[in-house]
Amino acid sequence: MIGTIFAFINAAIIQGIPLLYGATGEIITEKSGNLNLGIPGIMYMGGISGIIGGYLYEHSTEHPVAALCILIPLVSSLLGSSLMALIYSFLTITLRVNQNVTGLALTTFGIGMGNFFGGSLLSFFGETGSISLLTTGNYYKTRLPFADDLGLFGKTFLSFGFLAYLAIFLSLVTSYFLNHTRAGLNLRSVGENPATADAAGISVVKYKYLSTVIGGAIAGLGGLYFVMDYTAGAWTNNGFGDRGWLAIAIVIFAIWRPNLAALSSFLFGGLYILCVYIPGLSSSSKEIINMLPYLVTILVLVVVSMRKKRENQPPASLGLSYFREER
Amino acid sequence: MKTTEKHLHEPLFHITRRTDISAAKAWMIRLLAILAALIVCALVIVTITDYNPLQVYVKMFEGSFSSERKIMMLLQNIAMLLCISLAVTPAFKMRFWNLGAEGQVLVGGLASAACMFYAGDSMPSPLLILVMLVTSILSGVIWGLIPAFFKSFWGTNESLFTLMMNYVAMQLVAFCIMVWVPSGSNVMGIINQNSQSGWLPELFGQKYLINILIVAVLTVVMFVYLKYSKQGYEIAVVGESENTARYVGINVKKVIMRTMVISGGICGLAGFLLVSGTNHTVSKELAGGMGFTAIMVSWLAKFNPLMMVLTSFLIVFLQRGASEIATAFRLNESVSDILTGIIIFFIIGCEFFINYKINKKSKKKEAVA
Repeated sequence: MIGTIFAFINAAIIQGIPLLYGATGEIITEKSGNLNLGIPGIMYMGGISGIIGGYLYEHSTEHPVAALCILIPLVSSLLGSSLMALIYSFLTITLRVNQNVTGLALTTFGIGMGNFFGGSLLSFFGETGSISLLTTGNYYKTRLPFADDLGLFGKTFLSFGFLAYLAIFLSLVTSYFLNHTRAGLNLRSVGENPATADAAGISVVKYKYLSTVIGGAIAGLGGLYFVMDYTAGAWTNNGFGDRGWLAIAIVIFAIWRPNLAALSSFLFGGLYILCVYIPGLSSSSKEIINMLPYLVTILVLVVVSMRKKRENQPPASLGLSYFREER
Repeated sequence: MKTTEKHLHEPLFHITRRTDISAAKAWMIRLLAILAALIVCALVIVTITDYNPLQVYVKMFEGSFSSERKIMMLLQNIAMLLCISLAVTPAFKMRFWNLGAEGQVLVGGLASAACMFYAGDSMPSPLLILVMLVTSILSGVIWGLIPAFFKSFWGTNESLFTLMMNYVAMQLVAFCIMVWVPSGSNVMGIINQNSQSGWLPELFGQKYLINILIVAVLTVVMFVYLKYSKQGYEIAVVGESENTARYVGINVKKVIMRTMVISGGICGLAGFLLVSGTNHTVSKELAGGMGFTAIMVSWLAKFNPLMMVLTSFLIVFLQRGASEIATAFRLNESVSDILTGIIIFFIIGCEFFINYKINKKSKKKEAVA
């Protein structure tokens, strides 16, 4: 019984990591007032860019080096997802296009890119079958060497690849950045009231661009973690599922706080696989349990809006483009 | 005086809003954007496949127009996308971001399927169709009204709320299918295959004609409603400024909820048409992303229902064409999503050049000053 509970916690954390990347990235983005609904697409793009990078490297050399196996997919994933975020930024910040429409188009585009390259990368190189980068995947899955010596605790909490720890680290850094640095304060002010921030001499455009692109890059790492660590270098079309939207739900659930997002991600990760761990569940009630993350999010959204506590509200200018000449 | 001015940082150009652009010029810009998009798409296709892009576009055309069956499929797809676009439009005009069309269509379709499943044998088909129509619309209304209620009383963020409702609806569909299909294969087969009870009948031997006609009527009604009715005007005022609306005595809460009843109701109707007229079954993919595509269709048409016929044609044509080239050149189906994405980026991007004017800092002006 204890073993099952710990296995559940372990699985919840594994499920939570991609969500946490997505949520951290989206929080940074939303703090600048950009509601980036393209995050699900960006996460697909982060995953497939990593796969492409890893594939090209693994097939260009006989003996892949560990450092390059890690580094090349990492860099290409970051590039791919930042490029996506850059498209979003250019359209919404410079061209002032509606954020919802741009975000949804970006998601369509990103999922399309992921499934297209995932499904036909091999055929470009005259191979058949499905993508499987076992070598790269194994390097990504390398655990702490002493994890297994620490018994149940080690197996439950220390048995992850490095990307998992990076996710938690990034969320804590983001939390510190937003609440304890001058740049973080500036960023929040841009999201709350860009006109005031502008008047105070803060470059609204610069902050919006930077936060959206960095947020997109972080979210993309969630896709990379999923394809490299969780599925060990294999790609299945639509395998990432609706985790991107779940990440956006976590942003609300965590009331725009990255450190809470870490906890919420593991909670949502747990809810995501809860049905597997409850014995004797009929397949229909499993579907009802899978509904829980969304219902809980709606509940939080409603309660937060009813209580009207100012520190729990979404950034005030969320979803609106800023145009200096228009007051 | 002049020397201090020189030290100031002057941007290369400054941007002003323009309201006086002629319709012809605006459409020129949009046309150019579509052309540019098609060129970029061709480049993308050529780089990933090295096929002749012209050949690709010919294939795309064949995908929609090469046979009568394909034309009917094209029309039916346009009709359904148009129907959902019409549904989200009044809400958008009010600046209520209904991202939940997907879910509202799903519950509508689910209600229809439930009626067909439980009452297929106990009712004559015409009565059953009527019951399905009513329950579908009602379910859509409920699904749309819940977020509208919270939005109007507590200002709950509607785009996130409606987005989450989509997934609740999807799980609800998955749940019902699990209950209805005892084998647990989680695929619902065609409902009432033999009796065809609850199926919309063929008209003049054409399977989808009823769907198409209903949506055609709806388009005109929606155009008139938004443009010439008092309620349509109220929607526009609330969309422009809630404060103005309140000042002139419009009950904003009522308008928000009423509009979402309409929006959700039409989504429910779309669900009914999809289940009763097109698929005769229900699945999580019933709306197939159309709820999101509809948002772009409506936006591209500037919320004008008649223009939406064109924009939904454009999107459906692209998607069908892209899936045709995907099979013809043995590419992955997803190429259509990529092309749709690129084209939408261009079209929404070009709105900037319609709404704003870029004034270059000319040296002449300085000399005069």
